[in-house]
Amino acid sequence: MRAFDFTRADSPQAAVAAGGRFIAGGTNLIDLMRLEVETPERLIDISRLDLARIEDRADGGLTIGALVPNSDLAADRRVIERYEVLSRALLAGASGQLRNKATTGGNLLQRTRCYYFYDTAASCNKRSPGAGCDARGGFNRIHAVLGTSDDCIATHPGDMPVAMQALDAVIVTLTPGGACRRLPIADFYRLPGNTPQIETVLEPGELITHVELPPPVAGARHLYRKVRDRASYAFALVSLAALVKVTDGRIAHAALAFGGLAPRPWRDPAVEAALIGREPSVEVFAAAADILLGEARGSGHNDFKMPLARRVLIAALRDLTQ
Amino acid sequence: MTEYRMDEAHAGLALDRGVQGILGRPLDRIDGPAKVTGAARYALEHRLEHLVWGVAITAPVGKGRVVAFDTANAEAMPGVLAIYAGDEALPRQTPVFGQDRAQPYDGTIDSWGEIVGVAIAESFEAARAAARAVIVTCATEDGIFATRDGEGDAFGPPEGALLPNIVKGDLDRAMAEAAVALDVDYSTPRQVHAAMEPHGTIAEWHGDKLTLRCSMQIFRQARPVLANSLGIAPEDIRLISPFIGGGFGGKNVSADALLAAVAAKRLGRPVKVALARAQIFHACYGRSDTYQRIRLAADAQGRLIGYGQDSLVSQKVGANSFEPVPLGAIALYRGEHRSFTTRVAPVNLVAHGPVRAPGEAVGMIALECAMDELARELGLDPIELRRRNEPERDPTTGRPFSSRRLIECFDEGARRFGWDRRERRREGEWLVGHGVATAARVNFLADSSARVTLTGEGRAIVETDMTDLGTGTYTILAQVAGEALGLPVESVDVRLGDSDFPTGAGSGGSFGAASSASSVALACDDIVRSLAAAMGATPEEMTLKDGHVIAGNRRVPLGDLVGDTPIVAIGTIHPGANNRRFSQAAHGAQFCEAWVNAVTGEVRVKRMLGVFDCGRILNHKTARSQAIGGMIWGLGYALHEEVHIDPRTGAIANRDFGEYHIPTNADVPQIEAWFVEEVDRHANPVGAKGIGELGISGAGAAVANAVFDACGVRVRDMPITPDKLLMGLPPI
Repeated sequence: MRAFDFTRADSPQAAVAAGGRFIAGGTNLIDLMRLEVETPERLIDISRLDLARIEDRADGGLTIGALVPNSDLAADRRVIERYEVLSRALLAGASGQLRNKATTGGNLLQRTRCYYFYDTAASCNKRSPGAGCDARGGFNRIHAVLGTSDDCIATHPGDMPVAMQALDAVIVTLTPGGACRRLPIADFYRLPGNTPQIETVLEPGELITHVELPPPVAGARHLYRKVRDRASYAFALVSLAALVKVTDGRIAHAALAFGGLAPRPWRDPAVEAALIGREPSVEVFAAAADILLGEARGSGHNDFKMPLARRVLIAALRDLTQ
Repeated sequence: MTEYRMDEAHAGLALDRGVQGILGRPLDRIDGPAKVTGAARYALEHRLEHLVWGVAITAPVGKGRVVAFDTANAEAMPGVLAIYAGDEALPRQTPVFGQDRAQPYDGTIDSWGEIVGVAIAESFEAARAAARAVIVTCATEDGIFATRDGEGDAFGPPEGALLPNIVKGDLDRAMAEAAVALDVDYSTPRQVHAAMEPHGTIAEWHGDKLTLRCSMQIFRQARPVLANSLGIAPEDIRLISPFIGGGFGGKNVSADALLAAVAAKRLGRPVKVALARAQIFHACYGRSDTYQRIRLAADAQGRLIGYGQDSLVSQKVGANSFEPVPLGAIALYRGEHRSFTTRVAPVNLVAHGPVRAPGEAVGMIALECAMDELARELGLDPIELRRRNEPERDPTTGRPFSSRRLIECFDEGARRFGWDRRERRREGEWLVGHGVATAARVNFLADSSARVTLTGEGRAIVETDMTDLGTGTYTILAQVAGEALGLPVESVDVRLGDSDFPTGAGSGGSFGAASSASSVALACDDIVRSLAAAMGATPEEMTLKDGHVIAGNRRVPLGDLVGDTPIVAIGTIHPGANNRRFSQAAHGAQFCEAWVNAVTGEVRVKRMLGVFDCGRILNHKTARSQAIGGMIWGLGYALHEEVHIDPRTGAIANRDFGEYHIPTNADVPQIEAWFVEEVDRHANPVGAKGIGELGISGAGAAVANAVFDACGVRVRDMPITPDKLLMGLPPI
């Protein structure tokens, strides 16, 4: 760990004015600093800011403060009743101790668990732009099959953001210039392309203050399914946050977001379009899976993710439409 | 002073006449409160004046030579006291079993992450930053980074190896003539100990005397290795290791001890060195991956006419100890044609050494899965197959068994598990199956001495340099002494883990409990004889209970018989001819119910049950915990644990507990462990056999067999992760 300056912000405005990396729960950043994967010169402690509340919105949605711990969010009655998929996704993540510390804003920015990103002796374009990618040709069982680039095949590791993607969450921020931005989660994450070090559309120094959830889709059934190598404390091989509503025997609403497959929570409008208006059937689900995986490319050890995602998608849609 | 060599069954101990009623009882650990309150100090938790910190510097290549060190930046960092790099006094990595000293640094790098130096600073943080700031420039060479790639240079067991190759009869012919012959290949991956407490040492010198506060399992082995490596006399090294946070065979002389000792000498200050988790993966030994060919030749009734377990494993170049894969198989089943051979491929990977149940932990997965396959080929119940192959004597050596109650374990286990009522079925998305396997683990006895002191206050003090890895040694030795001397455990002080005490067995190979308990019991016999003399009675005429001696019509407090001078006795046990006269092993039967998700291939174990024959049980609670811990380990070997090596560099990709998967609480189901007890008089004076490693043996096979029963997919390459089942699952 390199030496760094540490200051505590007493307001969001002071935090963005301070010019440094924000730290709240620290469940990811501190690990990365210990390994010198991250070497910030200045940390701004935002953990004392008044951003830890969950509030009802007039439209029936919720506003979630960026500092709400994962465990609190998962246990909130409104979340359980209206956004079951979010509560389930949160509880599928990490461990009890980590969920107590990890915050909503921080969890959105959790960085990949790619072995080569963590290993400073390895080449990684995300860590050192232009250095190359050792995950290609290396051990890549946990890596992405969708949305990758020649420069990076790292997987986004989160669970909560996958559910938020299916829920069309909006990420509210404060820019260093003092402006408030409202960023739909669909536009929040960037694909790696040839700049895998840039993972979101946040500007340097921009602070996530809240996450807004739109009103729940009435009548939609929720599911979060996470396939993993062990029952707890393991990142998803494939996960799926799904909201599906069937009206008069036809699929009226479908929101499907995948984890474990891509450098970001993966939601493909074409997959949903192939479902909406159709009568549920395994053939229809299989056609949706074909669309989902049409562009998927494995790197060897992770080739199994394609058939696995296909099975998970079909089984989930069958459950949700029965 | 009582010394006993195990050349014949011991005639009986004072312990056996004990009426205190504490031996075997499921007492809580006497060291438990100290551990849960933090009062128990582990190696790294000692605070010494003028203490400084050291962090190892490693080389980031799999094979090559160090060309240059740039230490300027590191040396200029605040708080940094010294950078020792490229220094021939320092070890390259942790010495492995069979090496009498650490290989010194010589500029050669033979596996990724070898140690090339140590950074010393006034704080841990400064030392860590400095270690990272040292630029180690290496010239890389082509290395052998996979066991299969080293197969061409593979060698057999060297002269004097613990396990030589054993070939009897003609297994090839037996296979050709068998009514049913099974010839299958199984593999298990590289694994690590994954002890919770990292490897760490505090070294302190007083003149030429070195004290190490350390985490070491077997002082008897550690001191000579330390002495040879440091060029000092073993008597000048004091080891203090009263508490160990898990060892599993991995806590002996590790690199941290040598780095700390060398740095402390040079700086004249105590030095603490802890290895980071990634360094433990790379600079401490683990378990080799194994490639096992299992051959089973049976007649039409399922009686084996021969079987074989022939394996390829690997070892880092320069070392020749190896994973003794067929250890559990050798004496297990009948059949005159037998082949148990192992080849060792030299590789440029981190070395291999003992990991919990060397041999059986991985060998019994393959053998017992293959036995399950054979039972299915024959249409036999798998327990019936074991019954038909139960030998009367060790089929390899012809020796009698010291004790063996394997079939009773199966019978008892089947009854408790409900084996005959098992039902393969589907529960929603889940496919439910059941599996069974044999557990076997060779039984060892080690030299052990213990001192027992009986004071005028009527308290007993037990002292030996035996260690407690968290297994319950403190408690069982208090129970042994208490039972023999007629004292409640509250009146027994057990002091362990200090090399100033008599040399004990140490903890390893599951010999710790029986060996150390025997030495304590022998010392107690000596004390009882002294008490008898003071009492004017024979030991057999006396009853010792609740701190009193009763003989004839007299009842005298122990302390009154002791007087002003405590009675001191040293008991010593040596292994003897019984090791050769008898085939000795602990046995058990493992049962498992596994649920396989028909969509994803995820496996969730719902029930495990084991019944074990481990001789006399000294404490039913700690014994049960040992057995359960082993069974969980077996579950992990079946489903989770696997070191992934980058094939280009030899580096371990998953080098932390986030990605090196061991079972979490959520993976661990209801587990029952039971014992069929028998005092094995041929094994050692107290009649206990090893437990610590038996629970693993066969447990993974029971899980794998249950998975097959559930979903019909036979995975022969452990661990059984969802991707390996996926293609064999029912269509969606």
